[in-house]
Parts: sequence; structure tokens; C-alpha cells
Amino acid sequence: MLSVRNLDVYYGDSHVVRDISFAVGTRETVAIMGRNGMGKTTLFKSLIGTLPARRGNITLGATDLSRAHSYQRVAAGMGYVPQGRMIFPYLTVEENILAGMETVAETEVPSYIYEVFPVLKEMRARRGGNLSGGQQQQLAIARALVSNPKLLILDEPTEGIQPSIIKEIARALGRLKSQRNFALLVSEQVLSFAMEVADRFLIIEKGEFVYEETRDKVDASKIHAYLTI
Amino acid sequence: MNIDMLAMQAFTGLSIFTILMLMALGLAIVFGLMGVINMAHGELMAMGAYCSYATALFFERFLPGLMDSYVFVGIVVAFVVTSLFGYLLERGLIRFLYQRPLDTLLATWGVSLILQQCYRQFINPREVEVPTVSWLQGAWQATEGISLPLSRIFIICLALVTAILVYLLLFKTRTGLRIRAVTQNRSMAGATGINTERVDALTFALGCGLAGIAGSSFTMLASTGPTTGQQYIVDTFIVVVFGGVESLLGTIASAFIIGQMQSWFEYFMSGSMARASILLLVIAVIYFRPNGLFTTKVRR
Repeated sequence: MLSVRNLDVYYGDSHVVRDISFAVGTRETVAIMGRNGMGKTTLFKSLIGTLPARRGNITLGATDLSRAHSYQRVAAGMGYVPQGRMIFPYLTVEENILAGMETVAETEVPSYIYEVFPVLKEMRARRGGNLSGGQQQQLAIARALVSNPKLLILDEPTEGIQPSIIKEIARALGRLKSQRNFALLVSEQVLSFAMEVADRFLIIEKGEFVYEETRDKVDASKIHAYLTI
Repeated sequence: MNIDMLAMQAFTGLSIFTILMLMALGLAIVFGLMGVINMAHGELMAMGAYCSYATALFFERFLPGLMDSYVFVGIVVAFVVTSLFGYLLERGLIRFLYQRPLDTLLATWGVSLILQQCYRQFINPREVEVPTVSWLQGAWQATEGISLPLSRIFIICLALVTAILVYLLLFKTRTGLRIRAVTQNRSMAGATGINTERVDALTFALGCGLAGIAGSSFTMLASTGPTTGQQYIVDTFIVVVFGGVESLLGTIASAFIIGQMQSWFEYFMSGSMARASILLLVIAVIYFRPNGLFTTKVRR
């Protein structure tokens, strides 16, 4: 469904993502793993369009999004949860979710959001900036989900979040995936989280994929070797 | 000091407050929310005033029977013209400079000089007066000792209505939600599906349109000249910075505090001493609270 071909992304003059090609199938979950500074976040930013790629093609379904603005990519069916969550700090929780509903006709937060993330219902009148890290992560996922994406992109969802909440988020994602039928592309450093959600694993090093394996054949110790310094 | 004097001073303070608020609302959106230092904001107020002037001339010549209602038409014309100008300014200049605040400052200063020269060249190098409509002449005699000028009462009402409309637009509509999302995090707003470029242009146009409304209403109090904008811009920036640049409510409260201080200080000392003391107080407050009086504490 998502197809990326020969993608090159630069930060200024530094060549961060080098000629990357990969695909994500319908309803598939792909985990991109790698240590800090290997290009995960840069790759994801170029997918959603906040950091335009210099070369290469990105297509979602039949739509070519290589040169599209971020908002056009969201309209085409991408949902994006950035690293560091990027909640709108002065908007309330409810307004944060509503901000994600630009491309849909409804004007109220759909009820399944509060069923999956009850804490957001409790906090819905609070400012987004006053939530804890784990709550903000759930809010960021909710904000991306309400645009009914075909592909949800999660950049390091476990960063800076306590283990019990990580498990909770993994469970919620599994439930949402089976209910809402979207594909998931997630970047991770935490192996246990990736093992719980992903169907396929890609390891990125210095802007290139160096290892690829499906879940049934994966060798956890091999991935672990790539992640440890 | 008797009760009448107290009431008159409070009213003067209220009047200055609403004038400052009208001036600052537009800048609070352009500078406070969007972070654009628009040095041409004063000239946009002057543009609004000239729109009112043009409307008055038009009514005088072609619709003398409707002269009494030209004020409202003038305000609408001022809003439309200045917001249109703001829209073009954003599309043609400001949007290329969002990451470069100092360049924005220089570029908009240039725009302000160009506008001033245009006013001199094409309208009138001297100040122009707008005729006061009959129903705004004179004063309302509240009691024997208290008389309140009608034009100032009109501006108070206009400022309150404008502030309420801006509040409703920003906090109760989808457009307002878009504006607030974009101003808090432009690239993330785009990644949630909001067309940020369109929102930027509309927000800037709205801020400029508000400057036009302010300028239009000031024609009732003073004459308008090519350098009128320069007199307004400093006060306007002080109000916005004093209130805390990210808070609209702060801007309104700050306008109220400065307005009242100005009125009371002027009663006890000379005009320039009053202004100097207010500036000193503002500097002291900014020193201890660099983000202004009103800031909302959140994790970022």
C-alpha cells in the first residue's frame, strides 16, 4: 500500500537517508529499528512531508505523494505521530483531538477514542501541555487516528515512557488495528515493544537498511546485536 | 477630589483602555500568535483611517442623505481593504520570512516607509479631518458634574464588540482552532492535516483587518496624517509585550492596566511625566517577568 522507492533525504548538506526503498502492505505492521542517529526520524519526517525528500518516490495506494504538502498527505490517508509527541500545548485535550479531524466530516470526537484511551476522556478539558508523557503519547495517537488513516506512522512511541504504559499502548494499538484496519509503520529502539506489535522488521544503519526479517523467522538476538552499542 | 472627578477619570481610563485594546488586538494576533514583527502595523491603522476618510467623502458627494450612517460603512470598508492588503502582503512577502524574524522586521519597516510616502504622494501630505456625524457630536450628561463624550462611548462599544467577536472566532469555531494549532506548532499542524499556508494568510489578514477597524474608529478622535501610524505603533507594541505575547486575554488586561494608569497618572502629574512613569513600570515588570504579565504554564 505504501511504496517508497530510492528515497534520499538531506539535513542541509548531510545525507541522512540513502537511497532507501521499501513497502508496507495493507494492514501490515512494519517496525523500523536502529540506534540513535541512524535516520529513523528523518525517514519518517520525509514520509509525512515536514522534511521534503530530495529524490525518490512515495506513493500511498495509487496516489503519488512525493512532492505533496503534509496536509495533502494526511488527506491521502497518512496519520503521523511524531517523536516527542508534539502536542499543541495550549489546546485542551479535546481540541488537540479535534485538530486532527480536518479531513473528516464529523465534528465531534468519535466515541471509540475515549473507549480505547479512557484517560483522555478524564482529561479532556485540560491543556495538552499539562499531561504526562504517557498521556501525551496516547493523545498524539488519538489525534492521528481521527483522520481515519490507511497508514499510521509512529515515530518512537516508547521514548521516555514508563514500561507499564508502554505495554498499555501496545495493547491499545493491537486492538485499534484489528478494529480500524490500518497499516502501521513504527520506528523503535525497544525490542520487546516491536516484537509485540510488528509483522516485519527492518534494521536501519547510517541511512540504509541492513537487515530485514518477518516475525515468524526473526532472530531476536540478531536484532538485539544491531541495537546495542 | 470629589465623586464626579473620580467617575470622569475612570471613564477616561476606560476610553484609553478600549482604544489601546482596539490597536493591540490586531498586533496580538500578528505578533503575539504568529510571531511576525510587523512594523507596518501602524500604517495599516492609518490605512483604515484613510478608508474612513474616503467613505466620508463618497457619502458627502453622492449620498448626503445617508451621511449619518457612513461610520459603519467606513468601518467595514476599512476592515475589508486592510485585510485584503494584509493578505497580499503575507502572500507576497511575509511568508518567505517566517524563520527570519529580523529580516521580517526590516522588510515590514520598509513597507511602512513606502506606505507613508504613498499617503503623502497620493492622498494628502497634510492631516485630513473626517466630519463627525451628528449623532456622535456632543456628550452624554450622566449627572450634573459628569459628561461623557458620545464618540468615546461609541469607541468603547465598538472595541467591546470587536473583542467579543475575535474571542468567539478564535475559541468557538473550527477556523479559530486551526489558527491556534498553526500558531502553536506550524509543521505539526500541517502533519495533522491542516493547510497551514492558507491559515497563515488568513490569520495575518485578520490581524491587519483589525488594525483597519482601529484606525477607522480613531478618525472620530483625531485627524489622520501620513505619520499617524508611527504614533500608534509604539503604544501598541508596549501593550502586547506587557500583556504576554502569547495571551489574548493578557493583551486585554494589559490594555486595561495601561489605560487606567495613563488616566490617573495624568491627573496627578504632567502628561509626559505620566508616560515616562508608565514606561518605567512596564520595563520593571518585563524585567521580572520577561514573558509579560500573563503567561500560561504548560510543558512544551
